[in-house]
Order: sequence, then structure tokens, then C-alpha cells
Amino acid sequence: MSDTAARPALEIVDTKSPPASVSAWEIFLQFLIIGATSFGGVVPYLRDRLVVKSKWVDDKEFVEMLSISQSLPGLNATNMAVLVGEKLRGISGSIAGVLGMCLPGAVLMYAVGIFYHLHGDHPWSTAALKGVAAAAVGLILSTVVGLSKKALSHKFDFVFMAATVLAVNRLHWSVPRALVIVGILAILFHYPRKSENASETP
Amino acid sequence: MNQIPALIRVFAYLSILTVGGGMAAFPEMKVLTVDVHKWLTFPQLIHIYSVGQMAPGPNMMMIVVIGQWAGGVLGAIVTLIAFFGPTALLAFVIARAWRKLEKWPWRTSIQQGLAPVSIGLLLAGCFTMAKGAITGLETGAIAVATLLILLQYKINPALLVVAGAVVGLLSFLPK
Repeated sequence: MSDTAARPALEIVDTKSPPASVSAWEIFLQFLIIGATSFGGVVPYLRDRLVVKSKWVDDKEFVEMLSISQSLPGLNATNMAVLVGEKLRGISGSIAGVLGMCLPGAVLMYAVGIFYHLHGDHPWSTAALKGVAAAAVGLILSTVVGLSKKALSHKFDFVFMAATVLAVNRLHWSVPRALVIVGILAILFHYPRKSENASETP
Repeated sequence: MNQIPALIRVFAYLSILTVGGGMAAFPEMKVLTVDVHKWLTFPQLIHIYSVGQMAPGPNMMMIVVIGQWAGGVLGAIVTLIAFFGPTALLAFVIARAWRKLEKWPWRTSIQQGLAPVSIGLLLAGCFTMAKGAITGLETGAIAVATLLILLQYKINPALLVVAGAVVGLLSFLPK
């Protein structure tokens, strides 16, 4: 089992050349393992399997793919499966990756759905679920803090962040409306300056 | 009462909203699945979302439960495809284009500009959820404790969600 809390790119793994040919079945299997074991967040597990164990991508590519995954709509887990699958084997690789990634969690949650219907009203369930939901709120908040430290480069970014929260929660804007209006303002604020091109993120 | 077309429409739409994480779509998901289509109640939505945090893989697999309740096995499969299909396709197309845009100066601007907005969407989703999940002193304490532990120690978050269940059992079980 991998070190679950390890951050990507602690020690740089650099593969000289990608494997000549990887079958869609192998891609499916690797992502099936990630999909079945990645408790508590997929990123460390992705890196462990794809960079360290199978050496399908190196660390530089991994970080790049992760930043693309984060900028695009869609979950990191499935976007990474698409990007890595695409790199290794085009369309069939992407499909194999996404299927493997989703299958274990989907089957598990299907079982949860049945169980909840049968026993969701049991006092034991409601008591435990109250605690679980509260812990999940704390978990999301910690993600917000972690991402803010990593991704926010300018003090003014916190104004855009607050504006987004107010737009959705107070003004009850739809998410796309908030995304487009605040997003465009924020992108214009970060318009390409000459000096910034020199200091590109690694 | 065939819910399949509605499931496809709702989850394909929610799919596009998951910028920066699944939580970004949560406020809209609450409106559409609870208020509009009444596939489940708000407490149920919070419960299955939270239980979903313990499952491995993409952390929005709870959508399978909504699909199942609204339309059985077919509903679950259709929901899964509608939710992950559009963004997977988009990622596939962008993956190829984005590499070519490496030298495009606005690429960095877009990444820097979208970062605070996507974190804001995450936080907005969190507040929507907190309205239903934080109902008193005990739940507030569990949330704050989880936050502080995660900020301080490198620990698997799934374990803390399990710990939340244990604390919940101890504090809310009727005597």
C-alpha cells in the first residue's frame, strides 16, 4: 500500500522514454486498482501507480496533466484518466482509464444506495450520518485552505473568491453565471504581463 | 413515471459545472435534484454525499445513488454516463489543443484567473452543505475538529470521515 499522504513530486521521477506500447486492458487494470484503493483523495494514488510503479508518465508530465485537469470542468480523477489514457493509447486508452477509475466506486455506491434505502432511517444510521456529514464539511474546508495556499498568487484573488461565494450563496446566481462573470473579470485581472511570462509555473 | 430523460439532462448539465471539483456543482445539484425533481430530500443528499467521501475513486460517485433511486439500475448507469461523459470528452479534446497552446500568454492568465473562482465555487458548495449538516454545537465541533486535524497532520481524510461516524454514534444515538 502506498504512502497515502505523500505529495506528488517529492522526489523527482524521470522516465527516459515512455513504454513502447501499452494495451487498453493494461490501462483499464491500472486505473481499476487506483479506483478501488484511492481512499481519501486520488492524487497520491495516481502518482504512485502512474509515475512510480508503471512509469507511464514522469513527474513533470504528471504535474502538467494535473494542472490541466484542475482547470477543466470534471473531476481530477476522471480527467487524469482521460489525459493519461489519451497519451498512452488515444481514444481507447481514455475510455479504458475512465471505466477502470469509476467502476469500483460506482459499484460500492450502488450498494450504499440499497443499504441506505433499507436502513437509512435506523437511529444508528442517522446518528452516524450526522457525524459523517459534519466531518465532510470540515474536509471540504481543509481542501479550500490547501488549494488557496497553493493556487492563489495575488491578494486580490481572495476578492474574486469571496465574490464567487457571495454570488452563489447570497445573490443565488446560478453556478455558470457566477463562473462566467467573475471568471472573466479574474482572467482579465491576470492579463498576460511581460514579466509574468518569465516566471512560468514549473 | 420515467425519470431517465430528466436524469440525463440534469447530470449532463451538472457535469459541466464541476470546475475545480465536484463540490462546485453542489448548490445547483441541491436545487435540481431536491427542489425541482424531488428525487431525494436535502438531508438524504447531504448523507450520501458525505458517505461518498469514504468511497475510493472520483469523489462524486454518490450520483449513482440518486440515479438508482430515481430510475433503478438503468437510472444509475445513465446518470454515471451523463455525469462523466461530457467532461471526459471535453478533457480529451482540450488535452490535445492545450499542449499546442503552451506558448499562448493567456493560458497562464486563464489558469490564474480560474483558480480563485473555482475555490470560491468549492466554498459556496461547502456553505450550502453546511446549512444542512451543521445543526448544532456537536456537528459544528466535529467539522472544526476535522478541519484542524487535517490542517495540522498528514492523515488520510477518509479515516476522519469514519471517525466522524463514530463520534456521531456516540453523541446522537438516543439513549
